[in-house]
Amino acid sequence: MPTALIVEQLLNGVQFGIMLFLMAAGLTLIFGVMGLINLAHGSFYMVGAFACAAVAAATGSFWLGLVASLAAAAALGALVEVTVIRRLYARDHLDQVLATFALILILSEATRWLFGSFPLYLNIPPLLGGAVALPGGVQYPIYRLAIIVAGLAIGVGLYLLIAKTRLGMRIRAGESDREMIGALGVDIRTLYTVLFALGSALAGFAGAMVGALQSVQVGMGEPVLILAFVVIVIGGIGSIKGAFVGALVVGVTDTMGRVLLPPLLAAAIGPAQASGIGGALASMSIYIVMALILAFRPRGLFSAQG
Amino acid sequence: MILKLAATAIALALGASAAYAEPVKVGMITTLSGGGAGLGVDARDGFMLAVKLSGSKDIEVITEDDAMKPELAVQIADKMIQSDKVDVLTGIIWSNLAMAVVPNAVAQGKFYLSPNAGPSPLAGAKCDKNYFNVAYQNDNFHEAAGNYAQTEGIKKMFILAPNYPAGTDSLNGFKRFYKGELVGELYTKLGQTDYAAEIAQIRASGADSVFFFLPGGMGIAFMKQYAQSGVTIPVMGPGFSFSQDVLGAIGDAALGAKNTASWSPDLDNAKNKEFVDAFKAEYNRIPSIYAAQAFDTGNLLISAASKASVKDADAFRAALAAAEFDSVRGKFKFNTNHHPIQDFYVREVIKNDEGVLTNKILAKTFTDHADAYAQDCKL
Repeated sequence: MPTALIVEQLLNGVQFGIMLFLMAAGLTLIFGVMGLINLAHGSFYMVGAFACAAVAAATGSFWLGLVASLAAAAALGALVEVTVIRRLYARDHLDQVLATFALILILSEATRWLFGSFPLYLNIPPLLGGAVALPGGVQYPIYRLAIIVAGLAIGVGLYLLIAKTRLGMRIRAGESDREMIGALGVDIRTLYTVLFALGSALAGFAGAMVGALQSVQVGMGEPVLILAFVVIVIGGIGSIKGAFVGALVVGVTDTMGRVLLPPLLAAAIGPAQASGIGGALASMSIYIVMALILAFRPRGLFSAQG
Repeated sequence: MILKLAATAIALALGASAAYAEPVKVGMITTLSGGGAGLGVDARDGFMLAVKLSGSKDIEVITEDDAMKPELAVQIADKMIQSDKVDVLTGIIWSNLAMAVVPNAVAQGKFYLSPNAGPSPLAGAKCDKNYFNVAYQNDNFHEAAGNYAQTEGIKKMFILAPNYPAGTDSLNGFKRFYKGELVGELYTKLGQTDYAAEIAQIRASGADSVFFFLPGGMGIAFMKQYAQSGVTIPVMGPGFSFSQDVLGAIGDAALGAKNTASWSPDLDNAKNKEFVDAFKAEYNRIPSIYAAQAFDTGNLLISAASKASVKDADAFRAALAAAEFDSVRGKFKFNTNHHPIQDFYVREVIKNDEGVLTNKILAKTFTDHADAYAQDCKL
């Protein structure tokens, strides 16, 4: 297999990983600080994508669409937190799963009612269109590079937020001991709302960026949500660094598995079967990696708790 | 005396029209939501236009959305057969759903007219006297493309399709007529939206041309990403990869692509001109091949219903098999396995006078082409 192909596939894996990181970062903060399992996270991904598509179609500007996706996802997140999520903190995880699952259904049907059943298509802005030649003879689409760069920038921003600001200090304290910061006089309610809105905004941004690449349709968030849960389990609940590393592990494993396994099997069993079995094995590979990591580090790679 | 004559004349007229007045209940199961919705909506609209233009009051159509899910399609089919008591089922776009629904439906004595999905088992060993495919057998469009690639002398092809019955039929059909070198053969996941890995492999393969079968939203995602990737290898495909429902979303990246089909909006015959004009007037868009095939399905049903009662299964079946209706494809005839014998054309994607992307016929590549599975069918 030529080097240029391997490099390009590695970049694809990294890009997929960065997109998962954007989803997982919000999810891990919400789970780590608030102890809340939020299945509706995938719906914020979808809402961000639809907001971007709607605003981009109305104004003709993709950039305005991106801003709209952040704003819409954050606003919806804050609204959902105040009305629904607030009642779930004291409850069992199963109750949280049931309630947020209901949210998925409500948000999906509301989106279908507002936008119809057809997928919406976004166009990549001309500034980010086309491909660029990288060293090593690799040609890579500029838009995917932009996703990688944006994701890295957000990663750095989140790190600075958590490590260097007062808000970040409260978040870290909340991850260690939730009851104590309440007792110390930190306004938990506002902190939680801000955190939930932040996580939702990240998911909405990821949805908007990926929506331009693929398509925007109801239910696009659920497959990504499942992978995001795998990422936060591998990385450790509550850890942004863990989410980043876990996302890269999952992204690269999945892409390289999809690319390398079918040719390896094709020699033995023919292309159609090799694709099917290779694809299935590649999907399994992420979970096998997760199981192996948990066997050695039960709390994930960089757990913030305990 | 005159009163008696008049009364007789009226009675005769009423008696004659009674033979045409047998109501037919049709259950249409098609994809109206999700990535595959463009095809189902076109099929439903084409079928309903046929019913409307015929002026027939006897066709009652119940339409339901299968959301591209086989288990949902099976549930809907069961409900339509058992509670709604339909006589004829139609509408399924996707071959995996067809394989789930059709064998069961025809075993219960219901007629099934396929406006699209044509999986090979139903053309061969699992064919049934109640199953009629008005569209094509899955391999056909791809056989035409393989034939075109072979006659154009293309040396190295990279081919890809999704891993489901129509996808495997597609690449088998292509390989049946293309005898050059295959530098890559990939099966993607049905419904997959990110093709970065596949495009990277195409780039590294050194192919002269790429043949892909990715209907609906899958093809739109693939072409958009392909256009961004910097890969300059020309693409070709069956008509489904460049059908009218996806051209708008793909945009100018599709210009010049060659594709093969049994029909094109510019096909030159009277019924097709009438169909395209009526469809544009009714729905404000150019019809796709799915609309054209569904229009023919509707007209076949109406022609059979006017000749025989649907309650007389043998007579109705014979009327269907005779296929005496005006097809938008010009001539139309069924093979022994109830699949069409028809011509295939090579089309090119162009911009028409109104600046809208559409297909134009370049040449004919197959005349009176039958499918490869007819000899396996016991009919």
